[in-house]
Amino acid sequence: MKKNKEKWMQIIFLLSACTSILAVFLICYFLFANGVPAIGKIGIGNFLLGKVWKPTNNLFGIFPMILGSIYVTAGAIVIGVPIGIMTAMYLALFCPKEIYKIIKPAIELLAGIPSVVYGFFGMVVIVPFVRESLGGNGSSMLSASLLLGIMILPTIINVSESAIRAVPENYYEAGRALGATHERSAFNIVLPAAKSGVLAGIILGIGRAIGETMAVIMVAGNQARMPKGLLKGVRTLTANIVIEMGYAADLHREALIATAVVLFVFILMINLSFSMLKRKSL
Amino acid sequence: MTEMTAMQKINQITFKQQLRTYKRDPFSLLLVFLTYLCAILTIGVLFLLVGYILIKGVPHLSRDLFALNYTSENVSLFPALINTILIVFLSLLVAVPLGIFSAVYLTEYAKKGNKLVGLVRITAETLSGIPSIIYGLFGLLFFVGSLGMGYSILAGSLTLSIMILPLIIRTTEEALSAVPNSYREGSYALGAGKMRTVFQIVLPSAMPGILAGIILAIGRIVGESAALIYTAGTVADIPGDLLSSGRTLAVHMYALSTEGMHVDQAYATAVVLIIVVIIINWLSSVSMKKFVKG
Repeated sequence: MKKNKEKWMQIIFLLSACTSILAVFLICYFLFANGVPAIGKIGIGNFLLGKVWKPTNNLFGIFPMILGSIYVTAGAIVIGVPIGIMTAMYLALFCPKEIYKIIKPAIELLAGIPSVVYGFFGMVVIVPFVRESLGGNGSSMLSASLLLGIMILPTIINVSESAIRAVPENYYEAGRALGATHERSAFNIVLPAAKSGVLAGIILGIGRAIGETMAVIMVAGNQARMPKGLLKGVRTLTANIVIEMGYAADLHREALIATAVVLFVFILMINLSFSMLKRKSL
Repeated sequence: MTEMTAMQKINQITFKQQLRTYKRDPFSLLLVFLTYLCAILTIGVLFLLVGYILIKGVPHLSRDLFALNYTSENVSLFPALINTILIVFLSLLVAVPLGIFSAVYLTEYAKKGNKLVGLVRITAETLSGIPSIIYGLFGLLFFVGSLGMGYSILAGSLTLSIMILPLIIRTTEEALSAVPNSYREGSYALGAGKMRTVFQIVLPSAMPGILAGIILAIGRIVGESAALIYTAGTVADIPGDLLSSGRTLAVHMYALSTEGMHVDQAYATAVVLIIVVIIINWLSSVSMKKFVKG
């Protein structure tokens, strides 16, 4: 009786462990089964490299959105990575304990703020700011990059900080012993030693930025055309899905699911490089 | 800092000495300046965001916003609040047992080098990297479409339960592996079986750590919008049953701010969301501290 119970419980634990395998399988299956046929119908070249997205004329080229996602993400990296890494350095090597107790929860809060709240903040602060100081109508690639740069900060800071803290103390001490200042040892010895962990943080940040949806929709302008400049509107892959899914039908709907397939493949590649780097840094 | 060791006394540098080092090596000064600047920027952005929304939003937190019914004149957030609580509860109901049991299998039962464990780890990692819009689309295709649930609270909750599963697995796993092995050995020595050890010794002592993870998961659900728009839908009423549509606070806020008619109320909703997030973060860290203390 008791033996049986043990056996059953073990099977229940085992089955629970399999849910994540099942979930990944189902997600892949449903996305690919619904999206890939559309790519076939449209033609893979026309779909991925087509420069015009006009569902009413049966033109389904997502190249503008692919570029949009890449540009906005690149902008976010340019803004978020230097600030994020420097803040992580501050937290790990410069910050007194008392201040750390205040800053660390603040960064956790930054990570916890919902993306609609970020988007709303972008809408009422960043967009008017860009419009008034740089011209254009404000809803632009620059606004989206700025906002995403802020949103990926906590990811980059947290991962980089733990990578920097994982560097053995004696690296730093050796630097000091050779006469380097605190700052020189920190930046020329400790930071390079934490390189692959920091890089993993950046890649995780890229994943966040490319997958972010609601905040981007609220500030990017969302015009489905080739990106024209920093101050012009841009539409990302994620925005394309949310904006049109509500009313799309037939091939249009399938093309949107195919857009998600492209996004999914991007994310899988990013995840793969993240876990490879993480393994290397351990 | 009242008691200093001899080592610390030797290593103490006066401000003057510090200045002399910077004079010899101005680059160090630049580095220290940049580091402080970036830290201040990060914190500044947070204060700007939270401060701006609180100042603009708090005056609009009126009693009308918490009226029982949503109408087009009075965009009450009360129904959305109820929906949010409902969806949090349902998602946790599915994801917490599954997540904890998975973690128990991974840490307590699986043998080292088990291929299945590797596969579960990889898939859980993959799940945690998938953006919420993909979850939303999957929910739309699977729960709403194939399983015929329609836009409903149930479909939204099930979608979110998959989304938070990796978070719960990971935090539970961390909490379980922090339980000292002597606890387990002690339990076995007293004649308890594996199952009894897990349920009465290991899980209870890991509880605060697990709880911290669950609270973080609640935070993700409360803030989620992209995964819910096409699964739970955007109806702004309290649903009659689990198969009707209902919007959560975050979706409510998205709808208000993009419609552009009720910006003041959008500020107020943002205030409510931020306060919820602050409370959640605080609870989670309290729980975590309790766990670390043992």
